[in-house]
Amino acid sequence: MYEKDGEKYFVVDSHMHFWNAAPDNWVPGAEQYAKGWIECFHAYQGLGPAETHWPIEKFMKYSEDDLMKDVFEDGYVDIAVFQPTYLTEWYKEGFNTTERNAALGAKHPGKFIANTRWDPRDGEDGLKKLAENVERFGSTGVKLYTAEWREGSRGWTLKDPSAYKYLEACQELGIKNIHVHKGPTIWPLDKDAFDVSDVDHAATDFPALNFIVEHVGLPRIEDFCFMATQEPNVYAGLSVVIGGLMHARPKFFAKVMGELLFWVGEDKMTFGSDYGIWEPKWQIEGFVDWDYPSDEFSDFPRVTTATKKKILGLNAAKLYGIEVPKEYQLDAGTPGARDDAVGVSSDSPAATVA
Amino acid sequence: MTSTVGSRTLLDALGEVRDPELDEPITALGFVASAEVSDAGVATVHLRLPTYFCAPNFAYLMVADAYDAVSTVDGVRHAAVVLDDHFAADAINDGVAARAGFARSFAGEAVGELGGLRADFLRKAVLAGTDQVCRPLVDAGATPADLARLTVGAVPPSPALDRLLRRRSELGLPCDAGAPLLVDPGTGAPIALAEVPLHLRKARVTRTSLDANTGICRGMLRHRYATDGQGEEDR
Repeated sequence: MYEKDGEKYFVVDSHMHFWNAAPDNWVPGAEQYAKGWIECFHAYQGLGPAETHWPIEKFMKYSEDDLMKDVFEDGYVDIAVFQPTYLTEWYKEGFNTTERNAALGAKHPGKFIANTRWDPRDGEDGLKKLAENVERFGSTGVKLYTAEWREGSRGWTLKDPSAYKYLEACQELGIKNIHVHKGPTIWPLDKDAFDVSDVDHAATDFPALNFIVEHVGLPRIEDFCFMATQEPNVYAGLSVVIGGLMHARPKFFAKVMGELLFWVGEDKMTFGSDYGIWEPKWQIEGFVDWDYPSDEFSDFPRVTTATKKKILGLNAAKLYGIEVPKEYQLDAGTPGARDDAVGVSSDSPAATVA
Repeated sequence: MTSTVGSRTLLDALGEVRDPELDEPITALGFVASAEVSDAGVATVHLRLPTYFCAPNFAYLMVADAYDAVSTVDGVRHAAVVLDDHFAADAINDGVAARAGFARSFAGEAVGELGGLRADFLRKAVLAGTDQVCRPLVDAGATPADLARLTVGAVPPSPALDRLLRRRSELGLPCDAGAPLLVDPGTGAPIALAEVPLHLRKARVTRTSLDANTGICRGMLRHRYATDGQGEEDR
């Protein structure tokens, strides 16, 4: 939780990681990819404030203590959502698997939500594994990488019939939140891996599921915006937006936020630090202090304290059914309006979105 | 025989090569690590990108375009364009050198050439350019009705207008003085008055997206390489 100028913010970090990308985890023969991948991530960290940069050695493999301190002690986060990234072709035990994340989560009850993943190319075995993971780790969300190249396959789309089987399975298993990586990609070849039209189809056909488009389709924010405006169950995951732009390119950050607030709206935007790429502390402090820098932005939607409370935690709390203490709710001072408040219900969030 | 080609001429030629996604010259973006030509007329260009995993389809287009641009410079007898520090560098460099095309360079992994992708991004560049041209007009009081009526020839000349028209011309969209300023970048059809506000909104978010992406790419490049690229601007 974060407090500034008498306002209290409940913080849900809805997109973060606990990875091991050190040489001991590199697959022999794929070292250049394993190394290239983590160096690429490290360059993203370079977009944050200099005093928050880590040496590459720490960045490759940070410790449990680092994470608990950076995210919870110093970083104001109340609940963090692990998003797994497997990349087992390059990393022997995976980059950050559901198992690795959940093992850390088990040591700190109440702090983490462990999402899992699926890939329709895994067929029936993958469906079994998904059910197992839900059973074992209580996952209510998944992270998907549609652009992932694998064994001659050039990625997949959410429109594929095989993906629909998995989406149906999600509904049956109680998974509510589908985080789709539409942003800087892993292995895009001829496919335009940033294409978001598949999310459009799936969101229409699965209205009870929420689709959180992580990295807001960067670098194709416009395609994402046009799509999100038509789908009530599509959300903007702000990982990379705040971390990658707020400090490095403040003017573009203001424009991107203005556009997202216009097209997507403050009720459907969620904060994610993308830790260990960026520490949450500076992102949260900076975002709470942030406003449009000049009059040039006068025709964008206004940013209020309520906007920031929703984005930093209340929206994600609603998606994940997290109980938010009263003093952090929007109407903390006006009990009469509490029925309209977000963040207190464990009902399906899709039932209440516009 | 001694070549008289200077590196400046090479850079000028490379300045015509754009990152198809960011719609900026690869020189200005800092992507040209070096550009030299030997006395024998052998041009050697090294390109660099913001990350090891930058999309290989765009990388391929830039290397191929750079090869074409350098090859046509007077006095260049042989050209070699080399992409450095990229996961697909070998496939791209060999493919471009052999003029194999993208699909053959990535046999088994890629289908189709990249013309469609390039056109998609040109359409985005037209939308973003529309915002650049219209924003000052709107600020000066132009209404949607004014803009819907406005022809290209009636817009005050500016570098932004020139650039917009060049992109339109590449797509085969109307560019003559009597052509409407606001057209659908896919079809070239004029934008009806009722559609103008949404069209302008879309133009603006497209420009914002391009600018934000360029900002991230520049930041990543700076993190990766301490030195300026040849012809780099606005670092």
